[in-house]
Order: sequence, then C-alpha cells, then structure tokens
Amino acid sequence: MTVKDPPSNVRRKSEVFTSEVLETMAEARIRWERAQAEVAAKRSHWKSDFTTVSSMEIPHLVTGEQIGDIDPISEIGVPGEFPYTRGIHPTGYRGKLWTMRQFAGFGSAQDTNARFKYLLDHGQTGLSVAFHLPTLYGYDSDHSLARGEVGKCGVAIDSLADMEALFDGIPLDQVSTSMTINSTAPILFAMYLAVAERQGVDIAKRVSGTLQNDILKEYLAQKEYIFPPRESMRLITDQFAFACQHVPRWNTISISGYHIREAGSTALQELAFTIRDGMEYVEYGIRAGLDVDDFAPRLSFFFNSHNDFFEEIAKYRAARRIWATVMRDRYGARNPRSWMLRFHTQTAGCSLTGQQPYNNIVRTTIQALAAVLGGTQSLHTNALDETLALPTEENARIALRTQQIIAHESGVINSIDPLGGSYFVEDLTRRMVDGAFDYIRQIDEFGGMVEAIEAGFPQREIMDAAYRYQRAFEDKEKLIVGLNAHVLEDEEAIDTLYISDDLADQQIARMNEVKDSRDQGAVVRTLDALKTAAAGDANTMPLILDCVKSHCTVGEISDALREVFGTYEEPAVF
Amino acid sequence: MTGSQHRILIAKPGLDGHDRGAKIIARALRDAGFEVIYSGLRQTPEQIVAAAIQEDVRAVGLSILSGAHNVLLPEITDLLAKNEASEILVFAGGIIPEQDIQPLQESGIDRIFLPGTVTGDVVAYLHERLSAAAGGDTAGSRHRE
Repeated sequence: MTVKDPPSNVRRKSEVFTSEVLETMAEARIRWERAQAEVAAKRSHWKSDFTTVSSMEIPHLVTGEQIGDIDPISEIGVPGEFPYTRGIHPTGYRGKLWTMRQFAGFGSAQDTNARFKYLLDHGQTGLSVAFHLPTLYGYDSDHSLARGEVGKCGVAIDSLADMEALFDGIPLDQVSTSMTINSTAPILFAMYLAVAERQGVDIAKRVSGTLQNDILKEYLAQKEYIFPPRESMRLITDQFAFACQHVPRWNTISISGYHIREAGSTALQELAFTIRDGMEYVEYGIRAGLDVDDFAPRLSFFFNSHNDFFEEIAKYRAARRIWATVMRDRYGARNPRSWMLRFHTQTAGCSLTGQQPYNNIVRTTIQALAAVLGGTQSLHTNALDETLALPTEENARIALRTQQIIAHESGVINSIDPLGGSYFVEDLTRRMVDGAFDYIRQIDEFGGMVEAIEAGFPQREIMDAAYRYQRAFEDKEKLIVGLNAHVLEDEEAIDTLYISDDLADQQIARMNEVKDSRDQGAVVRTLDALKTAAAGDANTMPLILDCVKSHCTVGEISDALREVFGTYEEPAVF
Repeated sequence: MTGSQHRILIAKPGLDGHDRGAKIIARALRDAGFEVIYSGLRQTPEQIVAAAIQEDVRAVGLSILSGAHNVLLPEITDLLAKNEASEILVFAGGIIPEQDIQPLQESGIDRIFLPGTVTGDVVAYLHERLSAAAGGDTAGSRHRE
C-alpha cells in the first residue's frame, strides 16, 4: 500500500479575483438586478416556482463575486487530486469511458443468461444482475411467500446450479459483475465465487465485481431487509474482512442513494443519507478491528440521476468533496484511494411515465448526460418501458444506445468536468456540500445512522419529501409532460415483456432435482457450522461458501441465519 | 361529504418493499377525511383479509409492484368471499400489465389504478363507490352473522 502525505487542508483566501474586479462585478450585478426588475414589473415571470425537482430554491443568476470565497484549490482543485470535486481520475474519460452496465434479470437463469449475452454482444461492458424477490428475501421458489413472485422482478436463483446456468459461457475472469443483492449478499457472493472457481478462474487475481450489500438503505427506503440492523452490519463487516484478504478486486459494497431517491427523497437527502450510510460502514469496519485503509478503497457508491440536470451534477461533485473530506479528516485514512468516491449511476425510474412512454427516452438522455458530466464510473440507463414492465430486448438496446451516443457523438467526454468553474454549478455544489453536512450533524446527534434509523428519522424525512412532491405535482406546481400537461386522450398501448406464471413449477422442479442429488450429510454439517459461527465471533463468509458448495439453497442458508439472528419488522406508519 | 365515516385498509401484498405509493395514498385518504389503517409490508392474503374483517373496513386498497398480482389478488377476493365479507370493496394499484386488468376485475378487484394516478381520483372513486354501496344499508356498518 502506498501511503502519501495528505495534502494540506489549510483554507486559503481566494485569489481568483482582485478586490477591484470583485467590486466591478458587484456593480454589474446591481445593474442586472435593476434591469431584470424593470422588465419583470411590466411582464411578470410566466410561473412563480423556479425550484429544482427537489424544491430547492434556485437563484435567478449567480455572478462571479458570489463564488469568490470558494477556494479554487482546496475546494475545487484538479481531477485526481484531493478533494476530487472535479473527478477521481487524472485522465477523465480519455483514459477509460464509464462502464456501460445495464441491470438485467428475469425468469429462469437460462432466460437471463441469454439476455446477458445479447447485451454483451451489443457492446455492454459489464454485467449487472437483478434477482427475483424470493432470492432477495432468502426464500426458495417453493416457499409460500414466493407464490406468484418466481422470476417476476428478476432472475430466480435457488442454488449453485442456477448460478452456474446464469453465467454459462461467460468467462468470469473477463467480465466484471455487479449484483443487486443485500440481505442475502454473502450467499450470492459465495455462489459467484464458487462458479468462478469451477470455471478455473483464480479468485484472488482475476475476479472483479460489486455487491450492493447496502443494508442501511434497505431500512431507509427499499425495505428488503431480513435481519435486524446490527446483525446485518456484522454480516457486512464479515464480507469486508473476507474480501480484502481473498478477493481483493471485489467491491464489497455499493452504498446506494438510488433507492432513497426512488422512495421520494430530495437530491440533498439522497446525497446526505448515502454519505452518512457510508460513514456508518466505515465506523463499523473500524470497530470490527479493520484498518480503514484496508477496506475503504473497495467501498463504492450508487446514485440516482433525476431530471433536474444541474442539481444532479452538483450532487455528484459535492459527493466526492464530502467523502474525501470525511475519510481523510474524520477517519484518518491515509491512502488516497480511501478518499476517492467512485460511483455507479442509474437514471431515475421514478421519473418515467407510463403515458406516452417514448418520451422516456428523452428523460433518460438528460439524466444520463448529467451522470456523465458529473463524472460517473458506470451507468445504467432505463428503458422506455420500465414503468410498465421489465424491458423488452429492443427497448433495452435503445437504452444502451443512449449511452453509446453520449460517449461517441456528443463530445462531452473530451474535457474533464466541463462545468467546473461555472458560477452557478460551483455555488450549487457548495450548497449541496453545506446542506449534506447539516444532515450529517443531525444524524451524528442520534449517535449514528443505525440509531437514526431506529428512531425513524431519515424514513420520516423521505416520506415527507415524497408527499410534498406528490402535492406539487397534483397542484400543477410541477409539470410532468404526458401526465399533468400535454396529455394524450387516446393512447395506444405498447408491447411489453410478459413473464408467465408457469415458470414457478419448472424452477421448483429444478431445485428439487438439486436437493435429491446432493450429499445430505454435507448439507446438515455445513449449515450447523454456519449457525455456530453466526452465534459466535467467527467470520461467517467461509462457512457460507462451504454451504453453497454443498448445494444448500438460498432459503436453507437464510433460515440458518434467521434462527440465530432473528428477523426485523418495521413499524407500519405512514 | 367527507370520508370520515369510512374506514379503509391500505395493504401491501407481495414481497416488494416499494411502499412510496401505498403511503402516499394512505396519507391522501387520511387528509381527505377517511380513517386509514396501513398494513405494513409483505402481508399474506390471509393476513390482509383477517385485518380487513377485524377492523371492519369498508374498502381495501392493495398496492403491489412485484408482479405477483395474478396469484395474490384473486386469493384475497376469494378469502373475503369465503369469510362472507364480499361487500368489502377491493381496489388495487401498482405495476399491472394491461392484459392482466380484465381477469383481475373479473376476480372481484373493483378498480385498478396505474402509475401516474392522482390521489384525488382515488378519493373521488371511494366517495362514489362507498356512497353508492351505502344506498340500501346503514352507512359505515356491516352486519355479519
């Protein structure tokens, strides 16, 4: 590990503008204010609300002297240098484009394997797996709660046999894979490693990918939790410790704002809660006895990109600055890689409309462009039909093409952080930073994010924001084309992907075949060993790997952990 | 007329945790004067029907985005019928493919609201259906036995 001396954090007085220039700029600003007021007196603005999609107040104009106190080096700097406001790579997108990583999964492992190959053939550069809900909740396909759910929201994975079919013919030393899995992340991680080993891939050197594994945002927003918060955090720190020793190229967590935003938060709440979640993982890792610089370089982030173009760009820039600052100054990380916030972006599913669905291509383009201008490391663009169903092959291709057009035709990749230095963007970035630190302080006052969640604080903030947005939409303060403005009376439905309910029987039959042909003694032995480890202090990850290799199912392994850890229920409030 | 006489259960069957819609509808109905009970997440058809009967609600709103609607929604209306509680109005909202709507309506789901619905439409719908249903009966009370 290379340890560099951290750059100095001494805040310097701005030398961008001389006092003479500042004065001239202030005079010009006064002239503009007068001029615009005169015009507005004759003809008032065409609407009264000029706030962002998150209802953040936006100034009519930002002038140079208003950002004169933002330090051009310690707060903005250059790409590849602390605090990374302008990007983490000195080469920007000239060295490497972002990874085009489309989230996909439906039906059986064979169905999704075919979609993966289709996407790779069309120029996608990484895989991203969507699992069906029973896998996310640790139930097998034959569980009573899995009725009607098998293969619907993602791919059905019950055991190692399904995982092998999912990656059949896809060499895991040549593709990186992101898996959207949280409560059952260690089980699916173990399955992935077992498949890689069976393919003859050296997991210490050649396997790379990402687990979502962000349980805090499940309590906050997506609600796919199984175990109580503290037990869940222990499984995560077990994976941190296991991966930094055995799978060093693996990103053990993708700290996610995406779902917080989809649940209705503002951009600022998404930013603040996500960063504070990240800080919570760092604190638990340190408390578990890990050296911060051993695991922090493998932490990655996942943000939403909604319609409000500049608000999103400012959010990404602010995220990098805040993370670098807290990692260096609050947690004493010394490896610059621990300071760098790397992130994946998905365009906002909640911004899409079922009405006039082709308009969604345009929304997604604006959102994807914001993510690229914000310096994302990887990107998923939603298909136009995603508010109606899982995407058809054709619509998934158009979504991928959207990224390729931005990359190859728009020219926005040529210069790094092209909006850096914009008066407006720098001012907005700073407001995002300040607002996020306010929230971080509030959460610190609860004692941390786990405590804040237990008190219901972030959940309430998100729910209130969601309701405010709904009201603004219904009162037509916010217009959504096709929904409360420019509506078409008679719309023709578009063809969508339909997943039949017949799949469940086939999936259950496959699982029963696995159960009939495995060594039952090994199943009992490995599950018992896992329970013992879970009840004590031993790292659970190697034992989960043993269970998986003995062909224990997702449901069996999850049940073993439920027995030891118990389960979590949130209070049903609205 | 306000909705204050009417008690409504908003429930989430299925495994998905997307509760934004359910909670917005619950709040909007409460703001419109209904008495709202929210079930919380991942309720089985049995739990939902038991809650509806126990709480003596006039209507049940089901929010589902997991894709399991074809299996779970008819189970709920069947169970209500078996418990002689078919007079409870059942409506639903979520991501429901066009081709599933008619079969679900035939199974007793009175109305299905799709993405983009404004809460005012749900409020108006409940006022209309519940006042119509109350025509020959005493509003707000159900007599079983």
